[in-house]
Amino acid sequence: MIRFALALCAATALCAAANARTLAVAPGPDAQERIQTALLDAKPGDVVALAAGRYDLTDGLSLDVDGVTVKGAGPDRTILSFKGQKGAGEGLLVTSDKVTVRDLAVEDTRGDGVKSKGSDQISFLNVRVEWTGGPKETNGAYGVYPVSSSNVLIDQVVVRGASDAGIYVGQSKNIVVKRSRAEFNVAGIEIENSMNADVFDNVATHNAGGILVFDLPNLPVMGGHSHRVFRNQVVDNDTQNFAPKGNIVANVPTGTGVMIMANRDVHVFENVIDGNKSAAVMLVAYVQKFDDKTYNPLLRDVVVRDNRIGRNAWDPQFAGGPIVKAMLGGAVPPIMWDGVTAYPGIADTVKVRITDGPILNLNLPAPGELEKARPVVAKTIGDVQVAEPKAVVLPKPQADLGA
Amino acid sequence: MRLRRRPLHRFAVPLPRFAGEVRRTANLPHSWGRGTTKGWRGRWARTVAPLFAIACLGAAPEPPAVSLETLLAETPAPKLADYRLFTDAAGRRPNAGLTPYALNTPLFSDYAEKFRMLYLPPGKAAAYRPDGVLDFPVGATLVKTFAYPADLRRPDAQVRYLETRLLIRKAEGWVALAYVWNAEQTEAVLKRAGTRLDVGFTDAAGQARHVDYAVPNQNQCKECHQLDKALLPIGPKARNLNGAFAYAEGPENQLAHWSRLGLLTGAPNPAQAPRTARWDDPAEPLEARARAYLDTNCAHCHNPRAVASNSGLFLDLEETRPAQLGVGKGPVAAGRGAGNLKVGLSPGHPDESILVYRMASTEPGVMMPELGRSLTHDEGLALIREWIARMPPR
Ligand code: HEC
Ligand code: HEC
Repeated sequence: MIRFALALCAATALCAAANARTLAVAPGPDAQERIQTALLDAKPGDVVALAAGRYDLTDGLSLDVDGVTVKGAGPDRTILSFKGQKGAGEGLLVTSDKVTVRDLAVEDTRGDGVKSKGSDQISFLNVRVEWTGGPKETNGAYGVYPVSSSNVLIDQVVVRGASDAGIYVGQSKNIVVKRSRAEFNVAGIEIENSMNADVFDNVATHNAGGILVFDLPNLPVMGGHSHRVFRNQVVDNDTQNFAPKGNIVANVPTGTGVMIMANRDVHVFENVIDGNKSAAVMLVAYVQKFDDKTYNPLLRDVVVRDNRIGRNAWDPQFAGGPIVKAMLGGAVPPIMWDGVTAYPGIADTVKVRITDGPILNLNLPAPGELEKARPVVAKTIGDVQVAEPKAVVLPKPQADLGA
Repeated sequence: MRLRRRPLHRFAVPLPRFAGEVRRTANLPHSWGRGTTKGWRGRWARTVAPLFAIACLGAAPEPPAVSLETLLAETPAPKLADYRLFTDAAGRRPNAGLTPYALNTPLFSDYAEKFRMLYLPPGKAAAYRPDGVLDFPVGATLVKTFAYPADLRRPDAQVRYLETRLLIRKAEGWVALAYVWNAEQTEAVLKRAGTRLDVGFTDAAGQARHVDYAVPNQNQCKECHQLDKALLPIGPKARNLNGAFAYAEGPENQLAHWSRLGLLTGAPNPAQAPRTARWDDPAEPLEARARAYLDTNCAHCHNPRAVASNSGLFLDLEETRPAQLGVGKGPVAAGRGAGNLKVGLSPGHPDESILVYRMASTEPGVMMPELGRSLTHDEGLALIREWIARMPPR
C-alpha cells in the first residue's frame, strides 16, 4: 500500500514537488563519487544542487532517474572540469525523462560535453560547455548533445570549442533552441535527422558554420523536416574549419552562415546574417555516396525570406568557389542553392521560395555535380506557397522553465 | 592454493555443480592466449579432482545456504558476504546452488580474469530461448568476479580479486550491483558510484603492465546491460553458452549439463541449438570468429534497442546489412572519434576503417568500447583487422 502510494506520488508532478529533496554537493576531494552518488540517490522531484566551485572529475557522470534537476550556482560559478577524464564518452550523460540541467559549466570533456540519450522532456538551461584551450581538432565532438530525445529545450546555453557542433540535436523531435550562444565551434548549432525544431534568438558567431540543418543516411531516424530558423544573429563565422576529416561537418566551408541539407519544410527568416565569407545561406542536396533506399537526399520545401543579409560570400571556400567567383565577375551572391530538384527513384517535387536575393542557382543536374553547373543569378526564386511549420509547443512544465 | 581447496560440505549435495572451470581449447596459439589464464582453470580442475575423493571421507557441518531473502531485499546488501554466495570470506568457495559457466566468446576487460557463476533458488530453472538471454526465474543471480594474477604466466598464484558484480533477477526486473574487494581480500563492499583501482601485473610476454582499472558506476552497468531501457544480462544466451565446460566430472556441453541438472528446461540437443563461435579458436572460420567478437564486445551497445542505437552501427551476430556493419557508412556523431577516416568499415582496408581505429585507441572520447577498458585488446584488434583485410575490396 505504501509502495503504491509512493508510485502514485512519483507519477504526479505536484506530489513529487511536495516531497522534493535537495541533495547538496560541495567541491572538494572525492567529488566524482559524491556527485555520482547524489545522481544515483536522487528520486523524482529531487534537486541535485552543486555548490559554487570547481569539481575535478576523472570519469563520466550519469543520471538515470526521471524528474531530477541538476543545478549549479551559475555557469561561471559551478564548474565541472573533466580535464583529467579517463573514461566514458561524455562528461554528463542523462538517460531518463523530465530532467533539467541548469546553471553550471562543463569544461574540457574528452568526448561530448553533456548528452541525453532517449530522454523525453529534457532541458538544458543556462549551461556553459567549453573547451578552454580554444578551437582544436582534439576537442570533444558536441557540447550540448540531446539525441534520440523528444521535447528538447535548450535555452541560454553557451558552447565554445566543439570539434563538431556546439549545440547538436540529433534524431530527436519537438525541439526548441533559443537565447543561446555558440562560438568557436566547427558548427555553431546543428539540427540533424530531427523533426520540428524552432531555432531562434540565438547568436552563432566565430564558428566555421553558424547554423546547420542536415539529414544523413543510414541512421535509425531519417527524414528530417519542419524546422524554423528565425531571429538569430548569424554573424562573423570565421573560424577555420577544424573538424577531423570524414565528419560531415568537415565539408562545411569556413564562413558559412546557415546551411540546409537534405530536409523538408525548413523556413529561414528574420535572421541577421552578416560577415560570413563563403555564404550567408547554402541550400543543398546530400552529395556523398550512400547505400540506403529509404533515404531522401533532396532538399525540398524550403523558404528563405525576410532575412537581413549583410556582407557575405566575398571569398567562398567551397570547392569551385574561386571559379564560380571568376565566372560571376567577382561578385558571388550571398545565397546559394544547388538547384537540384530530382533524384532517381524519388518522387517528391522540390519547392523553394527564396526572396532575399541576389541568389546563385547553380542548376546542378544531380547532387554535387559542380562541373555541370549552369549558374544563374536571380533576385528571387520560386513563388510557391510553402506552409510554415507550426510553432513548437513543449509540455507546460518545460515551457514554463524556458519562459 | 586457496582456489584449489574444496569445501568439504559440497559432497553432501547429490550432484556437485561447482567443480572448476577450464578453457575449452588447450592448444591456443600463444598470441591469442596472452592475457588469459587458460592454464589456470585446467590446472585447477586437474588438481581439484583428486580432492573430491579425499573430501568425501570427512563430514563437515553444512554452511548456511545462499540467502535468497537478502538477494531479493529491496535495498542491496552493504557487503557481498551478506548474500552467502560464498562460504569463505575471500569469496573463493562458492556455496551450494552456484554453477560456474563460461562463454564461447567473452568481453575483453583489460586482460582481467573473470569467474562467472549462476545461482538459482532451490527447485527453480531457467527456460530455454533460441534468441536473446535465457529466461531466468525470480531469484536467479549471475555472479561475475574480476581478478588479476600477479603474473599472467603463473595464473594460479597471487590472484587479486578486484570486484564481484551481481545481476539479480527480482520480480520487477534485474538489478546490477558491484562489490569491491579490499586489499586484504577479506571483504567486498557495495560500490554504487564506481571507482578506480590501481592494478599492476606481468603480462604473458613478461612485460610489467599497469591498469587504471575502472569499476563502473551503477548507471554504467545499465549502459551496457540494456534492451529497450530495461536492464538485462548479456552473456547467458543459448548460443554463447553452447560449448563444452570442463567440470570436475569431465567435460560436458553447458546446455546439456544445465538441462541434466534441472537448471534449464526446454533446451534442444546442443547440436540443434544456435552457437556463437569462439573468437580465439583458429580452427573456426575467420568470419564467424570476428562476428562473435563484435557480438560480445560491441553489440550490447551497438544494437537498435540499446545505448548506441543512434550510431546506426549495429554489430550483433544477427545483423546482415553491410551498411549497418559499417561498410561504406560515414561517421555520425563522431568528432575526432572518426580519426580522419571516411567509413566505419572499408573492406580490404583495416587502416581505413573507423571500427579498427576506435578499437585501437585508448583515449576517452575515441576508444571503443567507450566503457570497460583502458588497454587495447591486441589480440581482438588483430582478429578484426585480419577479417577486414581479407574482405574483398568494393
Ligand atoms: C562495457 C560494458 C559493460 C559494463 C559497463 C558492465 N558490463 Fe556486465 N557484462 C558485459 C558483457 C558484454 C557481459 C557478458 C560477457 C562476459 O561476461 O564476458 C557482462 C556480463 C556480466 C555479468 C554476468 C552475466 C551476464 O550478463 O552475462 C554480470 C553479473 C555483470 N555483467 C554485471 C555487471 C555490473 C553489476 C556492472 C556495473 C557495475 C556491469 N556488469 C557493467 C558488459 C558490461
Ligand atoms: C558502452 C557502449 C558501447 C560499446 C560496448 C561499444 N560502443 Fe561504439 N559507440 C557507443 C556510442 C554511445 C557511440 C556514439 C554514439 C554517439 O555519438 O552518440 C559509439 C560509436 C561508435 C562508432 C562510431 C559510429 C559512427 O558512425 O560514427 C564506432 C565505429 C564504434 N562505436 C565502434 C565500436 C566497436 C567496434 C565496439 C566493440 C569493439 C564498440 N563500438 C563498443 C557505445 C558503445
